[in-house]
Amino acid sequence: MEILLFGITREIIGQSSLNTEVLGTDKPTTVKDLLALIKERFPALKNLSSLSVAVNNDYASPETPLTENDEIALIPPVSGG
Amino acid sequence: MKRYNRQIRLKGFGMEAQKKLSASSVLVVGAGGLGVPVLQYLNAMGTGCLGIVDDDVVELSNLHRQVMYSEADVGKYKADCASRFLQARNSETTIEVIKERFDLSNGENLLHDYDLLIDATDNFQARYDINDCCVARGVPYVYAGLQGFEGQVSVFNHHSGITYRDVFPVPPSPLEIPDCNTNGVLGVLPGIIGNFQAMEAVKILCGLDGLLDGKLLLFDALQHTQRIIRLKKSAVKQALTKGDEIESVSSAAFRKLLKTNSNMKLIDVREPDEYEAGHIEGSRNIPLDTLQKSELDLATEATVYVICASGVRSARAVSFLQREKNMKAINVDGGMNKLKKYGMDT
Repeated sequence: MEILLFGITREIIGQSSLNTEVLGTDKPTTVKDLLALIKERFPALKNLSSLSVAVNNDYASPETPLTENDEIALIPPVSGG
Repeated sequence: MKRYNRQIRLKGFGMEAQKKLSASSVLVVGAGGLGVPVLQYLNAMGTGCLGIVDDDVVELSNLHRQVMYSEADVGKYKADCASRFLQARNSETTIEVIKERFDLSNGENLLHDYDLLIDATDNFQARYDINDCCVARGVPYVYAGLQGFEGQVSVFNHHSGITYRDVFPVPPSPLEIPDCNTNGVLGVLPGIIGNFQAMEAVKILCGLDGLLDGKLLLFDALQHTQRIIRLKKSAVKQALTKGDEIESVSSAAFRKLLKTNSNMKLIDVREPDEYEAGHIEGSRNIPLDTLQKSELDLATEATVYVICASGVRSARAVSFLQREKNMKAINVDGGMNKLKKYGMDT
């Protein structure tokens, strides 16, 4: 599954998208699982107090289930103006 | 109306929409990168009244993106310069200049006469304060924020009732996410995103379709991609939403209580200078910041009433006391302002 990165997550990870393959063999089955895996791989993400996730362009909760073809977006708040 | 001829002719807009626009009032908070395009277009298109809230002066390093200001404006208040610029281009607009910083102490009063607010600020504190004041007063607002080559736009607190706190429940700490001063910003990006905000404002005011209500637009200027996320009302209890989520007492009921309950524990969470200027006898002054930070010994079995100027800061304090201190706290709706309005001496 593909993870699109926005705002500070793009800066932390250093690219604009990420495939779950880089997260190892564990297949995340929920948003919560996925976040835990990504945060383990990129610990700087742990410092974010609010990080929204969208699955196929729908705002998701930690319990939202994931399947192989889902497109995920990591959306942090942005302050600039 | 002659000057608006080209947009009155536009199918899907027309005279009716133009009249709605002329009858509306918009409070633009922040006259910087985002505020400049918003103000210019809302002014040119014939918005009846524009309020400009900004306490900053123009700096040389603003000019690459805040294209309304000139070199001669450096050192002058943005709100004054903006007002002059806008009036010269459309003398029909009523402009209110407010050289203050929008926060919980003045926000609700500033919103009083406005139909819509534009969040054109550049920091999280202001963004959460704007959200909370708009929720408390039932005013919709157009949000936008920038980072890098990206922008976010949405309409909050409108028909769907979705607010900024539904999307980002927890305010980030200042060091967590860099701002434009630290991280830099390309001059044209706030120009693009601010114009999106102006478009959403016109849609709300004139009743046009396609509003970003309940939707978050993510714009990537490098790839020219736009993605729209469908938002959801958060199931989690918000730190501050409308009255029913925290316990509160009406102004009238509170006045009766004051007369009958001489042992009432009342905390006034305004700043010391506001407190000095007039307060309820027997109340204890603990400014909101102090209350939230300190390890004050507040432990008490008794119910605590909390008051501020308009009811916004006190609502935050009540939420904090309930959640963090496990106390029974009650918010005084409308705060000191409402009590005074009904003739109470302080």
